Amino acid sequence: MIIIATVTVFFMLGAALSVFFFKDLMNAVVASSLVSLTATVLFYLLQAPDVAMAEAAIGVALVTGIFVVAIRRTERYEK
Amino acid sequence: MKELLSLRGLIALFLLVVIGVGIFSAVGKIPFGQPDSEVGSAYLEDGRQETGAANTVTSVVVGYRALDTLGEVAVLFIAATGLSTILATSKKRIDRKLEDASLVLKTGCRVFFPMILLFGAYLFIHGHLTPGGGFQGGAVIGSAFLLTYLGCSGRRVSRTASRSLESLSGFGFVFLGLIGLMVGESYFLSNFLPKGELYSLLSAGIFPLIYILIGLKVGAEFAGVIDSMIEESR
Repeated sequence: MIIIATVTVFFMLGAALSVFFFKDLMNAVVASSLVSLTATVLFYLLQAPDVAMAEAAIGVALVTGIFVVAIRRTERYEK
Repeated sequence: MKELLSLRGLIALFLLVVIGVGIFSAVGKIPFGQPDSEVGSAYLEDGRQETGAANTVTSVVVGYRALDTLGEVAVLFIAATGLSTILATSKKRIDRKLEDASLVLKTGCRVFFPMILLFGAYLFIHGHLTPGGGFQGGAVIGSAFLLTYLGCSGRRVSRTASRSLESLSGFGFVFLGLIGLMVGESYFLSNFLPKGELYSLLSAGIFPLIYILIGLKVGAEFAGVIDSMIEESR
């Protein structure tokens, strides 16, 4: 379990760093939803399935959707 | 311009360091995985007997801390109302031509929409037995509506239906609490119904009722928020 958790944490850190470097904001949004997805896995591994479900529904689906809508209203590429 | 940007970057970095040090000094000294408070272990030991809910998280959220849950629901209600008010009053409307969704997304939203709704309903009806509950179920239902708005464009949630469902379930939550104040152990949101048998669907008194109301309310709120984000501000 500790190995899966370590791999997940490094994956999460990589996704969080890649958000910073993407110039295409749509890619950045997908990477930030990956951060939430790995957080879901971590919550599940820490035996908090209730929190994992809330994170999966809100962090992965709804926040990503709202960011996508916001990008559609504004600009897609960072200057 | 560049100087300003770097100044902004420096300020952001400084704030991040301050936040990091603050969080670390607050929670860094707590040993990992060891309960530090007696309240938590009391809930874990006596929660099932006292409330009749198999899921201890539920017994905390709608039992011991039901008033906090009412506050959370109120915060969500205020946020949703404020968002729809701001978006409805803004005059600037840009009519943009939307790309048609792909065949995969269209078919997927038709196939998965009822399944996701059913899963959300399962989450909040079984909130006192299995992991999940009103907020999670409501958020899952909201994500089902998000899929519909992305895939099957043209279909909309009825504004009056979502508003009235939201208000009625919020009213029902407070009303249940008031009944508990009158009949049960005479405090707000007391569990006045029989506890029933542990692990059966009709157990834990008013917990399933409250979670069904919260699930409907949160689902209707998220659907309304998505509707006002996508349609009103188009």
